[in-house]
Amino acid sequence: MKINRRKFLNSILGIGGIGGILSIFYPIVSYLIPPKMAEPKVNSVKAGMTSDFAANSYKIVKFGRKPVILIKTVDNQYKALSASCTHLDCIVQYKSDTKQIWCACHNGIYDLNGRNISGPPPRPLEQYDVKIVKDEIVITKMG
Amino acid sequence: MLKNIGSKIVSSIDERYDLTPVRNLLQHKKVPEHRHSVWYYMGGVTLFLFIVQLLTGILLLLYYRPGEDSAYESVRFIVTEVKFGWLIRNVHSWSANLLVLFAFVHMFSVFFSKAYEKPRELTWITGFIILVFSLAFGFSGYLLPWNELAFFATKVGTDIVGVVPVIGQPLKVLLRGGEDVTGATLSRFFGIHVAILPAIFTFFLALHLLFIQRQGMHEPEEFKNLPEEKKKYIPFFPDFALKDFLLWVVVFNVLIFLALYFPWELGNKADAFASAPKGIRPEWYFMFMFQSLKFLPAHILFIEGELLGVLFFGVAGFIWMLVPYIKIKHRSGWKFQPLTLIGIFVVIFIVIMTVLGYLL
Amino acid sequence: MRTRFFYLSTTVLLTTFLFGFAIQKTDNKTKQAPKVDNCLSCHKDIDDMPQGYSDYDVHRQAGLTCASCHGGDPSSTNQEVAMSPAKGYVGVPKRKDIPKFCGKCHSNIDYMRVYQPRIATDQVTQYYTSMHGKKLMAGDENVAECASCHTAHGIFPVKDPRSTVYKLNIPNTCNKCHGNSELMKKYNLPSNQLEEYSKSVHGIALLKQNDLGAPACNDCHGNHGAMPPGITSIAHVCGMCHSSNMEYFNATKMAKAFAEQDFHGCEQCHGNHCVQKPTDDMIGVGKNSKCVDCHDKGDVGYVAAEKIEGEIVQLKNSFDTATSKWEEVRQKGMNDVDIGFLLQDAKQDLIQSRTLVHTFDPAKVVVKTKDGMDITNKAIMLSDKEISEYYTRRNGFAAATLAFLVIVGALYFKIKDREKRK
Repeated sequence: MKINRRKFLNSILGIGGIGGILSIFYPIVSYLIPPKMAEPKVNSVKAGMTSDFAANSYKIVKFGRKPVILIKTVDNQYKALSASCTHLDCIVQYKSDTKQIWCACHNGIYDLNGRNISGPPPRPLEQYDVKIVKDEIVITKMG
Repeated sequence: MLKNIGSKIVSSIDERYDLTPVRNLLQHKKVPEHRHSVWYYMGGVTLFLFIVQLLTGILLLLYYRPGEDSAYESVRFIVTEVKFGWLIRNVHSWSANLLVLFAFVHMFSVFFSKAYEKPRELTWITGFIILVFSLAFGFSGYLLPWNELAFFATKVGTDIVGVVPVIGQPLKVLLRGGEDVTGATLSRFFGIHVAILPAIFTFFLALHLLFIQRQGMHEPEEFKNLPEEKKKYIPFFPDFALKDFLLWVVVFNVLIFLALYFPWELGNKADAFASAPKGIRPEWYFMFMFQSLKFLPAHILFIEGELLGVLFFGVAGFIWMLVPYIKIKHRSGWKFQPLTLIGIFVVIFIVIMTVLGYLL
Repeated sequence: MRTRFFYLSTTVLLTTFLFGFAIQKTDNKTKQAPKVDNCLSCHKDIDDMPQGYSDYDVHRQAGLTCASCHGGDPSSTNQEVAMSPAKGYVGVPKRKDIPKFCGKCHSNIDYMRVYQPRIATDQVTQYYTSMHGKKLMAGDENVAECASCHTAHGIFPVKDPRSTVYKLNIPNTCNKCHGNSELMKKYNLPSNQLEEYSKSVHGIALLKQNDLGAPACNDCHGNHGAMPPGITSIAHVCGMCHSSNMEYFNATKMAKAFAEQDFHGCEQCHGNHCVQKPTDDMIGVGKNSKCVDCHDKGDVGYVAAEKIEGEIVQLKNSFDTATSKWEEVRQKGMNDVDIGFLLQDAKQDLIQSRTLVHTFDPAKVVVKTKDGMDITNKAIMLSDKEISEYYTRRNGFAAATLAFLVIVGALYFKIKDREKRK
């Protein structure tokens, strides 16, 4: 009887032990597996290939928590600016006809350097750097 | 079958390296049993928490990136993107706090049971050094997430170092890696936290443990005075070890409970140009010193109050470390031993100042 | 001794030279500036300065003096001479002469160019086209002239916050007269515009939030040519900022119908001075609906209004749900970045679909609301995933705790057993 009780306790301890080890190692192993986005990108973001991007067009890119407007000008230059209008935070767009940045909410207009040139916006748009690395567009914070 | 393989491995090692000392230690080490035995476990829990710190710290290192532009972001990345990253980070923070707590409890239990007396003076001193380094661990680690609160707490903390005459200013610049708390401070604290402190800490910890194994457990006065047949012991292995282990499991469970239900906030990213947020306070284990310094008047006689306070804590700490060598004659008329009285006073002072620090 | 003499003489020489040079320079710059201004010193002495006088007045800062506007001879200390009509003294201009008085310089580009090459010089001409100007010409002395808005002796550039015509100050400047109910009664005008404006979306933006992009009185009514906007101009006036709304509206059949019926464009639904942030129930067929003012149950417009409101309200509700879930995700300390981006996009869609109301075409609105619904649904799905992840953590913890409890229990009994055996 004594022996049986001891054996029983030992096997319970074994089961608990395996459970305990599992509940320690499962999180650790999951932690070690690299997440989808392999590292926290804070100072640069990739915005696709140059070939997929027509001249005189734009797109909105996520930069950290902020939207950024990336513009390819008629002469194939890249411009990246904060896409939040400085007036009331609407997302701005590029007007391919006037070659200006336009906020539809209250008709605010910025030039391609982000300067507020007409309408309600009180401040220029923040500028970002654009680099081309092996035909890939990389947006970085202004140094 | 497993048992067979195990004993085979042990005997093969024994054959080559002679495990007799280890076996002797395991077989003969015993722990006295009396009404204050519970304090014997405090050191063990502290050791366990240190091991947790070591492991979670190594895991955090895999994703953490020091630097003004990446520290905060990488911690944010760890807690939001990495699977179980939130758990690892919160366990690390909670374990750090519990470690300091248990280290304090351990220290005072040793103090009041007079376990530091001859022949255990060096165990006390190494223990005190370990405690000081634990605090340094806490202070340097606090800055690493590079959030607002940590940034300003570090500013205030290093400012206090600056009031020490002659060496204060150079020491402050040395700590900060410049005149001000900047990205350079972060790099420095990171290096201190993950390389310098662990090395020193491990060395003193090893000494501390070695001393304990050599001398065995301390027996308090009243236990020693018992007649031989009334003295009760339990073997260290497996009885005490089992109890130790049981406690560790409980502490570990509490740890993950705290990590899950009371996660540490990350707050806002540090901004050197922002004004200091409300309620910057040091970690709780510095609170009593911080609060006492606040209570001191600007000038006491011709000396700056803060300077006097800093010097006082420095000297007091040093004397505390040398407690085993302090002898005060015990007169028969006294109800308490003078050192015990001082100890009680110290505990009351620390508790009151800490509570005031959070209330005021 | 000798060196000291040398220093002294050089200093004197140098000072004289520089002084002379300085005088010559100012002389070149402003021909009218006299060497001594006896108008100012005398009037200061006898404490007879004009009301509201400021040393920082734009004209004074540019080097003009009293005589520049009022004429006379400031170099004479004799009042008879200095203030004689022979010397060109005009004194205080009569009210009806004030526009011309200011226009002497302000309508003369050759003169103004010296100070501000780009400045407009058509203020007086414009003024006479305004209601104020017309009445003044007709001999009404109660209406506003230049000084009524700009003051006479404390004039600041329009960008200077001290100016009475600085954007934030304009509503109060106009209100000095237009808020006077007795005065306004004579013209059959209301006097509560400022009160209404202050409660409007524009007034709150400008006066409470100091948003200099929000329109003040003059942005709709004009400055020197101030007039109530005509019926045809209303859409254009509002469209200066609300350009998409104007574009959509003008392209509809309803715009033509409005014009035929003498309806006041935007104002018909949104009001004028008290224009509020539009609500979703302004469209639709409910009790706050503007559509049912004209459309009856069963007609095409009624159906369209009902459909459009339904679409927008659906998107709005979905957006609100997503936002509150996102908030919950943030509170729980989970990953909220991607959801935040989706909500940003959804908000754009919501704004755009509300703007598209002005096409009065449900099909066009639906395109946007559908897009928005897709995004908000995705945001809700992601939030739910994060929230459920949060609770899975607790389940994981429960499982781990169970395992640890088993260990603790087994250990406890083992220890008890060992103790008993002894």
